[in-house]
Amino acid sequence: MVNRVVVGAHYGLKDWLAQRVTAVVMAIYTLYFAINALMLPAMTYEAWSGLFRGGFTRFVTLLFFLSLFYHAWVGVRDIWMDYVKPTGIRLVLHMLTLLVLVGYAGWVAQILWRL
Amino acid sequence: MSKRTVQFKIYRYDPDKDQQPYMQDISVELEASDKKLLDALVRLKVVDDTLSFRRSCREGVCGSDAMNINGKNGLACLTDVDSLAQPIALRPLPGLPVIRDLIVDMTQFFKQYHSIKPYLINDEPAPERERLQTPEDREELNGLYECILCACCSTSCPSFWWNPDKFVGPAGLLAAYRFIADTRDQATSARLDNLEDPYRLFRCHTIMNCVDVCPKGLNPTRAIGKIKDLMVRRAI
Repeated sequence: MVNRVVVGAHYGLKDWLAQRVTAVVMAIYTLYFAINALMLPAMTYEAWSGLFRGGFTRFVTLLFFLSLFYHAWVGVRDIWMDYVKPTGIRLVLHMLTLLVLVGYAGWVAQILWRL
Repeated sequence: MSKRTVQFKIYRYDPDKDQQPYMQDISVELEASDKKLLDALVRLKVVDDTLSFRRSCREGVCGSDAMNINGKNGLACLTDVDSLAQPIALRPLPGLPVIRDLIVDMTQFFKQYHSIKPYLINDEPAPERERLQTPEDREELNGLYECILCACCSTSCPSFWWNPDKFVGPAGLLAAYRFIADTRDQATSARLDNLEDPYRLFRCHTIMNCVDVCPKGLNPTRAIGKIKDLMVRRAI
């Protein structure tokens, strides 16, 4: 293969925008969660798990984690793109990052609906 | 200011003689009329005529004498020598190959600049006089056209250090927005297509080193933000 510098993949806007939107989602959720946690009558397991029993809290908590994982995907991918030059290693790292984050997303759902 | 002696620590490297670059300790006596760092460098050249650096207009217009001054990129001709802590450490612009002493190879920098087509694209026949703009449209070009391509910004940008072959860099992106913002230019969409790329534009992580060092007080980060805004407006 010829060794030429190639650019022009024509993507990036969606990820850049998503990184900002997910940051806003996480900021709002953090406030919502902090207020709810501070209003707990006592710091017990029952009170804590009771926080997540409502359907709405589960829904927004899942949204928070999905936002976190998408945000992390863009950020970690940027690190690989900045510092890892060999394409093969970069592809492997991209795939590993994606797989780990997808796995985490499934794990989060399982934890949330187990509570 | 009277006569005074100024201490320097200067990056020296002559690929024909030196195995490794080294820092040279050297001092020079300045005359009362010597105000700027460039004046001191010209005096230094008398003490040691092997010292190499670029300079031309000596008034911040040509952008030749950009260098790393006490750790921060700037133009020697616009920097007050008496404002600098001594010994004044001078290094070549970071991230570009050194040709000799303070002279760097700017090929990569200009390659990126040319990649954004830094000229007006308009297929309509040229009018008898000039292509007109409203004063408001012209206003948008202020803070963009003044760039002198000294490379202080791009060579202070870590994204440009890591990917100088792929990331356009702040200087190139400022110039790109200068033509995107120009109402006389007809290639806006093609220009945005050219930049919509994870490396060419989106390597900018808004750390704003470019704004911090620009000797002309320009704001490449704001220009990059406006390019992204236009892309969002085009996409949604």
